[in-house]
Amino acid sequence: MPSICFYFQVHQPKRLRKYTIFDINNSHHYEDETANSQIMQKVANKCYLPMNQILLDLIHKHQGHFKIAFSISGVAIEQMKLYSPETLESFKRLVKTGCVELLGETYYHSLSAVFSETEFRRQIRKHKELMLHEFNYETKIFRNTELIYNDNIARIAEDEGFQAIITEGTEKILGWKSPNFVYKPVSAKNAKLLLKNYSLSDDIAFRFSNQAWNEFPLNTEKYSSWIYSLDGNAETINLFMDYETFGEHQWQETGIFEFMKVLPERILQHPSFSFNTPSEVIQRYEAKDFIASPNLISWADTERDLSAWMGNHIQDDSLEKIYSLEKRVYNTQNNNIIETWESLLTSDHFYYMCTKYFSDGDVHKYFNPYNTPYEAYINYQNVFTDFENRLIALEKANSKKAKFIAKKPSSLNTKKVLELEKV
Amino acid sequence: MYGWEFPPFISGGLGIACHDITKALIEFGVEVNFVLPNFPSNLENKSHVNIINSSKIKVTRTDLLERKNSIKEFLNFYGIDTLLSPYITEHEYLEKLEAIKDFSYFEESTNSYQLNINSNYGPNLLEEVSRYAFIAGFIAQKVEHDLIHVHDWMTVLAGIEARKFSKKPLIYHVHALETDRSDKTALNTNVFNIEKYGLEQADKIIAVSYYTKNKIIENYGINPDKIHVVHNSVSKEKVTTLNNKIVTKKDGEKLVLFLGRVTYQKGPDYFLEAAAKVLQLDKNVQFVIAGHGDMINKLIERTAELKIGNKVRFTGFLNRAEVEALFQAADIYVMPSVSEPFGISGLEAALFDVPVILSKQSGISEVLHNSLMVDFWDTNELANQISSLLKNPALEKQILLGAAKELQESQWANSARKIIELYETIIKGTLKYA
Repeated sequence: MPSICFYFQVHQPKRLRKYTIFDINNSHHYEDETANSQIMQKVANKCYLPMNQILLDLIHKHQGHFKIAFSISGVAIEQMKLYSPETLESFKRLVKTGCVELLGETYYHSLSAVFSETEFRRQIRKHKELMLHEFNYETKIFRNTELIYNDNIARIAEDEGFQAIITEGTEKILGWKSPNFVYKPVSAKNAKLLLKNYSLSDDIAFRFSNQAWNEFPLNTEKYSSWIYSLDGNAETINLFMDYETFGEHQWQETGIFEFMKVLPERILQHPSFSFNTPSEVIQRYEAKDFIASPNLISWADTERDLSAWMGNHIQDDSLEKIYSLEKRVYNTQNNNIIETWESLLTSDHFYYMCTKYFSDGDVHKYFNPYNTPYEAYINYQNVFTDFENRLIALEKANSKKAKFIAKKPSSLNTKKVLELEKV
Repeated sequence: MYGWEFPPFISGGLGIACHDITKALIEFGVEVNFVLPNFPSNLENKSHVNIINSSKIKVTRTDLLERKNSIKEFLNFYGIDTLLSPYITEHEYLEKLEAIKDFSYFEESTNSYQLNINSNYGPNLLEEVSRYAFIAGFIAQKVEHDLIHVHDWMTVLAGIEARKFSKKPLIYHVHALETDRSDKTALNTNVFNIEKYGLEQADKIIAVSYYTKNKIIENYGINPDKIHVVHNSVSKEKVTTLNNKIVTKKDGEKLVLFLGRVTYQKGPDYFLEAAAKVLQLDKNVQFVIAGHGDMINKLIERTAELKIGNKVRFTGFLNRAEVEALFQAADIYVMPSVSEPFGISGLEAALFDVPVILSKQSGISEVLHNSLMVDFWDTNELANQISSLLKNPALEKQILLGAAKELQESQWANSARKIIELYETIIKGTLKYA
């Protein structure tokens, strides 16, 4: 009785505005609200709203037999609230059906798992609270930014209360094993591991409209026959992809919506197959084996590593500088400073600085607001410099205040202290 | 092949490009006869090409008379008073020719003339250009060839004249256009008209960049199908001169370099404005403007006005060794050109491990992706980029790493291969020409 397990990733970064050296110390306004609102609305109209409606219709039509999961980043939720509240409402309607599972992730869609365990845990908790607050939903399964994973990340996720972790089903960790079973991380006590079937996932996410592909055009008949062929040899087929696949990466004109409207019905025609959420999958099946992943993996590019976000000089410099501020940022106990710092950790900032395919002219261009990785770096560094200067100023003010209070703890000075606090 | 300058006698990048292109072509077995307006005979043998000196071509009195009508045709579209002006009678013409001893030489024994053509870009340039074109007809008859390949407007009339006699196809290689050199209101219409006529007449056109190809289409109304893009490259041989101290840097001081003709086209004024903006934030930077040109005085005045005289240096024209010394000392090379068909010096800077900031209005930005790019007029952004590069060593490191890879891929041999492909399609193909 194999399960089909769909999980869709929803994320939109908060892009930075054009911020030059002349803005440093003059303006503390970093975000490009215009672009962020335009992009959120564009993606909402092309993908989130129409696809949510299709999924809602499917859930109603199949009366509990069609199920899916979402992971929605905190920064995406923030922007939905600001620029497309109807999108957030439509996600809430989906969750209320009971056929939709929400997954846990880092609030800021960050690489904190790699750079700071304390910050990683903070962002996981912040996201968990957000899901509770917005959807009244308690997340039980964890997926890390870009499915970045290793044994240590699995250990932390379990320690944070998650029952399973999701990652890429790459041969790097699987070897000869099949991704179509439930496993257990070597570092976990009880938590399980769900692995993406990248071949069947990418058939939809990447190859669907590729006319050079020898399976083009893909229809539900063909696709379900591939799924059926796994019967008896699989327990769960994990189809994980970016939600923007529907209507944004694959345009409406490619027929992707029609494909998804028919697919559940087609798959359910086979009595052995059912749709299940990740939580159901780990209840239904025992772990087949342990999986070790001492090295970091991800679902990105052909390398399935972290080279899209780190490894070149400008990425490493930016990452090192921003993470080095962590303690000082939290010492200020200033929420504005803390949140600004955290939003500068969003992985996309470093993705824009990727030089991997740059010379071929084949940049990771989609959704990239910069013409070159160097422009992305310059902009980020300028923002960073201003932020660091603010931090230094605040630290000075705080230490003055501390000295002041230490010297003259009399009530006469309360007014002065309050004034200083405003700084 | 027809060219206007060739090392060691060069005034700009054209001579060097011609030298490097022909060298690469010869390595692939192409035989090149290179026609120049003038060239010292003692240096002819030292070159890799077979140099043909136009000023040494002997033409008889009868030849001259016969050809006068021929030359009229293409001189008619610009009315200038030259020795070959179509408006003078044949008698006046010969008289004039003999009278001007400086320009010509009559040999009694063979009853023939030699036209002494001067390749300086002086006030008589248009005259020289037409005399050079006139001689090309004779050369075309004397020297066997399969193709005529000309470089820039000074030689395209010669190419057209040569084609009349040899009936071989004509390729016009565009290294620069009048619309690059001047803004629209100050165009030299004579030059523009020669270019337009040449582009229309040529069987095929080679543009040094897509940027230039687009200019040819937009400004000259030429059919895109006959324009082929062949990017320039850079010769990796350095003169290398150690201890050539053209500039001195104080401790920790950074040097930002402008190098090129100090003219409207190269945008030195934008460089200066950006320098002032950088200096507001960082005093430990020196800006060097290397080269000469008609904007020097204006720039010096502006430097005083901006009160940055102690931070900006003007070096005047530099020889090759001095240029290399400057590249060695530079921390950033800026090419803020208003319009740059290619811009080989950007590749040269990269060769000396200097990160480059390029005008987006340039052909080299199609080749050197590992650089910073800016609209020439956006001096705020230029200052932003200069300051960021000076502040962030990681940025410089990454750019140089990428640029080094691109330099490896950029080779004159690749350019030559593309030119030869074009030659072969023309020779084999069904191309119809006059």
